[in-house]
Amino acid sequence: MALSGMRGLSVFISDIRNCPNKDQERLRVDKELGNIRTRFKNEKGLTPYEKKKYVWKMLYIYMLGYDVDFGHMEAVSLISAPKYPEKQVGYIVTSSLLNENHDFLRLAINTVRNDIIGRNETFQCLALTMVGNIGGREFAESLAADVQKLLISSSCRPLVRKKAALCLLRLYRKNPDVVNIDGWVDRMAQLLDERDIGVLTSSMSLLVALVSNNHEAYWSCLPKCVKVLERLARNQDIPQEYTYYGIPSPWLQVKAMRALQYFPTIEDPNCRRSLFEVLQRILMGTDVVKNVNKNNAAHAVLFEALALVMHLDAEKEMMSQCVALLGKFIAVREPNIRYLGLENMTRMLMVTDVQDSIKRHQAQIITSLKDPDISIRRRALDLLYGMCDISNAKDIVEELLQYLSTADFAMREELSLKAAILAEKFAPDLSWYVDVILQLIDKAGDFVSDDIWFRVVQFVTNNEDLQPYAAAKAREYLDKPAIHETMVKVSAYLLGEFSHLLARRPGCSPKEIFIIIHEKLPTVSTSTIPILLSTYAKILMHTQPPDPELQNQIWAIFNKYESCIDAEIQQRAVEYFALSRKGAAVMDILAEMPKFPERQSALIKKAEVAEVDSADQSAIKLRAQQQTSNALVVTDQHSANGPPPTVPAVGPLTLVKVPSTSGNAEHTSEGQALTQPNGTLTKIDPQTPSEDLLGDLLGPLAIEGPPGAAVQPQQNAVSEVGGVPSAVDGAAIVPVGEYSNSVQPIGNINERFYALCLKDSGVLYEDPYIQIGIKAEWRAQHGHLVLFLGNKNTSPLDSVQALVLPPAHLKMELSLVPETIPPRAQVQCPLEVLNLRPSRDVAVLDFSYKFGECEASPSSSSEQISSAYISVCRRVLSSMEISFRPPLKLQEVVRGVRPLPLAEMANLFNSFRLMICPGLDPNPNNLVASTTFYSESTRAMLCLIRIETDPADRTQLRMTVASGDPMLTFELKEFMKEQLVSIPTAPHGPTAPPTPPVAQVAQPTSPVKALTDPGAMLAAEWSFEDFGLVTRKKSVNGSFLVLVMDGQSLASFRPNNKAEPNK
Amino acid sequence: MGIRFILMVNKQGQTRLAQYYEWLTLEERRALEGEIVRKCLARTEQQCSFVEHRNYKIVYRRYASLFFLVGVDNDENELAILEFIHLLVETMDRHFGNVCELDIMFHLEKAHFMLEEMVMNGCVVETSKSNILAPIQLMDKTS
Repeated sequence: MALSGMRGLSVFISDIRNCPNKDQERLRVDKELGNIRTRFKNEKGLTPYEKKKYVWKMLYIYMLGYDVDFGHMEAVSLISAPKYPEKQVGYIVTSSLLNENHDFLRLAINTVRNDIIGRNETFQCLALTMVGNIGGREFAESLAADVQKLLISSSCRPLVRKKAALCLLRLYRKNPDVVNIDGWVDRMAQLLDERDIGVLTSSMSLLVALVSNNHEAYWSCLPKCVKVLERLARNQDIPQEYTYYGIPSPWLQVKAMRALQYFPTIEDPNCRRSLFEVLQRILMGTDVVKNVNKNNAAHAVLFEALALVMHLDAEKEMMSQCVALLGKFIAVREPNIRYLGLENMTRMLMVTDVQDSIKRHQAQIITSLKDPDISIRRRALDLLYGMCDISNAKDIVEELLQYLSTADFAMREELSLKAAILAEKFAPDLSWYVDVILQLIDKAGDFVSDDIWFRVVQFVTNNEDLQPYAAAKAREYLDKPAIHETMVKVSAYLLGEFSHLLARRPGCSPKEIFIIIHEKLPTVSTSTIPILLSTYAKILMHTQPPDPELQNQIWAIFNKYESCIDAEIQQRAVEYFALSRKGAAVMDILAEMPKFPERQSALIKKAEVAEVDSADQSAIKLRAQQQTSNALVVTDQHSANGPPPTVPAVGPLTLVKVPSTSGNAEHTSEGQALTQPNGTLTKIDPQTPSEDLLGDLLGPLAIEGPPGAAVQPQQNAVSEVGGVPSAVDGAAIVPVGEYSNSVQPIGNINERFYALCLKDSGVLYEDPYIQIGIKAEWRAQHGHLVLFLGNKNTSPLDSVQALVLPPAHLKMELSLVPETIPPRAQVQCPLEVLNLRPSRDVAVLDFSYKFGECEASPSSSSEQISSAYISVCRRVLSSMEISFRPPLKLQEVVRGVRPLPLAEMANLFNSFRLMICPGLDPNPNNLVASTTFYSESTRAMLCLIRIETDPADRTQLRMTVASGDPMLTFELKEFMKEQLVSIPTAPHGPTAPPTPPVAQVAQPTSPVKALTDPGAMLAAEWSFEDFGLVTRKKSVNGSFLVLVMDGQSLASFRPNNKAEPNK
Repeated sequence: MGIRFILMVNKQGQTRLAQYYEWLTLEERRALEGEIVRKCLARTEQQCSFVEHRNYKIVYRRYASLFFLVGVDNDENELAILEFIHLLVETMDRHFGNVCELDIMFHLEKAHFMLEEMVMNGCVVETSKSNILAPIQLMDKTS
């Protein structure tokens, strides 16, 4: 046996084996490397046998972990040896030592090709294997055609063809273009008719790769896969050599089922039936047997079958059969099966609506969380995390917390992160959330990242009700003898901000709080001291009347740190010391922190990032994607059926390949078609954008009629809605407006919309089931909006879909909206907005949901994001020497203005963040306002507006608008005109009677008229003098600087915010 | 991709065979082998055969003093890989007759040939033992 081996190699290997330690081994290796190097130097004296021996030694040394940086050429050169043994070594060692980009490989490309197209099939195999393992792009381009020829050649033996299949797979991955889909589909299908199991096995791998990129093209392979599977399952014509413990090639069975999981569904009923027969047989017929190998192989097939059943969304019975099986698996003793049971249950959560049946196994899963095996614990944690919702969050999170104290270190970080996320996502009340996080910090402080405690602070700051509770809790933790530094940070911060709310409780006087916090100071690191100093400063400020003793103590601390080497600490000490001597002014400076902007949880973001996997796009992910597209189609079916029939939560989805946009287009156009008496909740943008500015998505309606026609009084809306489908493509979808039992919105959507134009937060839409609130924050052209989707009922809302259709000038990104809103829960969906350029178009929010089993009530509502409103931002602004010329400055006499006292008009301006600058215009009947407009194209741009009113006739006024950008000027002027001509029933005008809907009809015509009325665009030279500003602001050096305050708070003036023109 | 690497490591953690199906630098290989060997060798018989490591999984099986470790993608069928290891061992058994660590050590090239016949580009290419061993037997005959 194996006497043909190389003696020198064996000697070397046993030498290495006999080395007593690593140093000796290294010496021996170095000696050998030196030896090989000298032998390779005069290559002429080397026999092929010697060459082969040395190359093997190199591979052995490399495997031991030593660098081998020479001899590659010799290895490659063996490829061209005429004899099999040398050639073989050449190929094998080359593919182990070199990577695909190695230069030497390029040199070998011709030899490799000759071997592939040559007649010697053993050489063909060697060459194909090497290319299959390390072939790069160049190989792909020069060899793909030859490899394909071999694969389909009828004269080739299976042993060559199976290698050709996997070689082609490699080349395809390197360069997908080498496989011409049109030409290859039929051949691929033919390949699956192959009888030889080896060829089938590797062809199936090739198919999986091809299908995962483009399943539509390979549709014809689907029945063939089912055939292969049937053949194996029935054990027809399977050579003994390919049965493994009585099971016909489990690997090929698994591969075939994997390939099937890349097809979204199986349409052919016969094919589907035979597949389900096979699957049913696997599900039912797999028993636990004594022989480990047989058992494993059978279960390998079973688990793949389970995955395929889940993917196909089989009938209810089969699904519950699967859950039952998995439930059995997670309780067995065999650890492998337990592990896989948990893993597959987690996958099941992702793809099907069986949460409730999985929840029944919660106790068992929690037991697995304490399994001695970390792999199993991990799976259990993942599953618990996935199955957590509002109904079981308390149990699960508390279980996780309890487990945290005993968990091993490898898992603590993950555990605490997951507990924190679940607590945040599903907290039934916020005090519970605070409890959980504080416990978390207490138990596993080392693993609680800063993000977690920042988040608590955000929540507490933003929720006044929570503040006393959180402060009291923080105070309790401080009593503990040894607490984690993170706990010191969070409690110091909370007590600094909110301890005055506790002042009357025992042990909570400022002095006592100070003492207990100060006790911790010697134990903390330099990063915590600044937080403590801020806390002291705040305590001091809250102590009214001042307590001289406390004051002296704290001042002494500030004094002490004034010379601290850490710059942050030093600066704080110096500043707080100086500030705390300022007396009353301190109150403002050290006042409570303002509320934080709503933002997506950094934790969830972090978790999302962590989930990014570098692996190929896997079947499971594809499945998840397909699942969502199914959901879309379901909604469409509802609409097509008129009054929705009783649709089971998980219907057998016949997947209609409707591109998802067609469904949306429908909603969009409805969104344009104003309102509905029957709950379609569609609503027109009240500003009716001029048609040339309509985004592509809003297209259909603009074609339908004159802009004015779109806006109908509410009473006529039904007919209008009914007319819409003709404008939409023939997707045979009846608008959702046809519902007879749709929901009615609560309150007037228009009014809500107008109200939101004037403030940053409020309710956008409400009906008996859902309330959609919105909150906006603007920083220059970046807007951060949060949609609050609140389920008002005791049962969940399903199939929630939200889609934002932005107009062309806004870039909007809505974060993922969960498909289900749990009962009585509120979900926050951040929406990022970027204003690209000035425009008045508004975005449309297309929103739909399903309530209960039978009632589908899609609704959509448009969302106001008026660009002027967006962009105009309160801020100190400055500008200089601008002389406005025609396109930059526009003047227009506006008639038909709603009469309105000047003060109220000023109010209105201010609510649009057009800040009135009183006193700049000597004429008391005029208003001058200014603002900064932010967008990507204009950046920060100063805008000035002057309104000259006629005291005799309040229905007309002259408006002058100027800015540095012609488009902006125009848009702003139009926007203001719209606002002035028909001032909506906004909370600002309590005296104004509600605007009749008819008033709006007149509206859209005005922009059109304005466009065509050149007289309206006066071309006059215009500069700041027009505003009467110059006289006041001219500075000494001739250039002038206009500083317009926002008229509200001088205190918000911050030097670093000011773009000071240094001219 | 499927299989990323196959390692054979003895109880002391010494690598007896390493075959990678994705390119890693020597340092990466050393680090990876160190980490996973430490992880897997510390496990007991009562624990499952799967270990999660970074963004992939190790499926492993122990035969006397030798561990077979196979790195696979996360969505690979674990049990199929577990039995594939056994198939590899049975194949070696058929060739060497009661294969042991030394056989693999001193006949590194043969172990490589067998693997080469069984796995290619990270995918299973052949599962019939006689087909796997055919080229080796041919070579033994000729030499």
